[in-house]
Amino acid sequence: MNKVYGSAKEALDGVLFDGMLIAAGGFGLCGIPELLLQAIKEAGTKDLTFASNNAGVDDFGIGILLQTRQVKKMLSSYVGENAEFMRQYLSGELELEFNPQGTLAERMRAGGCGIPGFYTKTGVGTVIAEGKEIKVFDGEEYILERGIFADLSIVKAWKADDTGNLVFRKTARNFNPPAAMCGKICVAEVEEIVPRGSLDPDCIHLPGIYVHRIVQGTHEKRIEQRTTRKREDV
Amino acid sequence: MPWDRNQMAARAAEELEDGMYVNLGIGIPTLVANYTGDKDITLQSENGMLGMGPFPYEGEEDPDLINAGKQTITELPRTSYFDSATSFGMIRGGKIAAAILGAMEVAENGDLANWMIPGKLVKGMGGAMDLVAGVGRVIVVMDHTNKHGDSKLLKECTLPLTGKGVVDRIITNLGVLDVVPGGLRIVETADGVTEEELRAATEATIV
Repeated sequence: MNKVYGSAKEALDGVLFDGMLIAAGGFGLCGIPELLLQAIKEAGTKDLTFASNNAGVDDFGIGILLQTRQVKKMLSSYVGENAEFMRQYLSGELELEFNPQGTLAERMRAGGCGIPGFYTKTGVGTVIAEGKEIKVFDGEEYILERGIFADLSIVKAWKADDTGNLVFRKTARNFNPPAAMCGKICVAEVEEIVPRGSLDPDCIHLPGIYVHRIVQGTHEKRIEQRTTRKREDV
Repeated sequence: MPWDRNQMAARAAEELEDGMYVNLGIGIPTLVANYTGDKDITLQSENGMLGMGPFPYEGEEDPDLINAGKQTITELPRTSYFDSATSFGMIRGGKIAAAILGAMEVAENGDLANWMIPGKLVKGMGGAMDLVAGVGRVIVVMDHTNKHGDSKLLKECTLPLTGKGVVDRIITNLGVLDVVPGGLRIVETADGVTEEELRAATEATIV
């Protein structure tokens, strides 16, 4: 079975539909599936719900789908870097469900593992707990959070082999493995597809069983907060 | 004289013990890393890294290597990377010994508010709710009073909570206080600050 596709557009062929739930990897602009997001923009799919830690910036990441009004709802932990997002949210055009970051990651992981719900103490006694079942274990309160089962996962990895085994690079791994796991179909964009057998089997970060389609491409990899220190004079 | 930002960070660094895995928040807590001295401290960045190094030299920035504030950083010989679910697994699972973070308000029962002001732009809680619910010890570093001179150590928080009964210790420009049954207990005052001055600047019950 061939998992390798020639372009992001081809890799998404037949899997997009209006109103779908998409889980996307990335943290800020680090490790986001930038090519697949661009392809979704060009496909024009509408009323999308995204489970994604952030919403990109105005002209990069999920931000490009906000410009075209393709996003109906976001499940995110932090959306501070995006003016268009705030404008649409405050005017009621865009729904937003805040999820604590670890709860969002675990909701994805749980969905991918066939776990429909789990209890966590994150958010107990806060607005996050409103409307959620509370259960006491060993004298401590926990709230019930649901697993996420997405229609589609879009992720970014560093390297893949043609069977879909993925290797990520540094902190660009972030939400990509749990996002990949929770979708019915997972499409991964990578910097390099390497021959089968050239990745060390002991160093695969995400086994290819979770990855259905792969596309290789060139990534901009924009830096959100370029921060440096001065070289001490020698 | 009340402590300045760096003195508060230096005092917070005294809370850390050799061998600890620690998560530092944005702002003054970030400065704590400058004052850990010879102690062997491993910093966690909740986007998926243990062993966070300093900012890179100009020209050596790597877009794949950022901290939870989205700033470019570097790795160390001890560094490990992992995904977000694993990262918050170690937070929720109590493996991170301490989190040092800023706050808008702390109540005498340990309630913490630091993510949302109603009516103002809400950006989200990020990982703050997970951290305060999960780590071994929550240490707040903040100014004792707000811009209007009002106490930030309150009988009850007025802002939406980040966590309920989660704060263990508060380090302010005026001193150090612990959350204990019945209220806050003064641990020490900043050099030149009297206990009376600290009490006068505090709305919360001091026991």
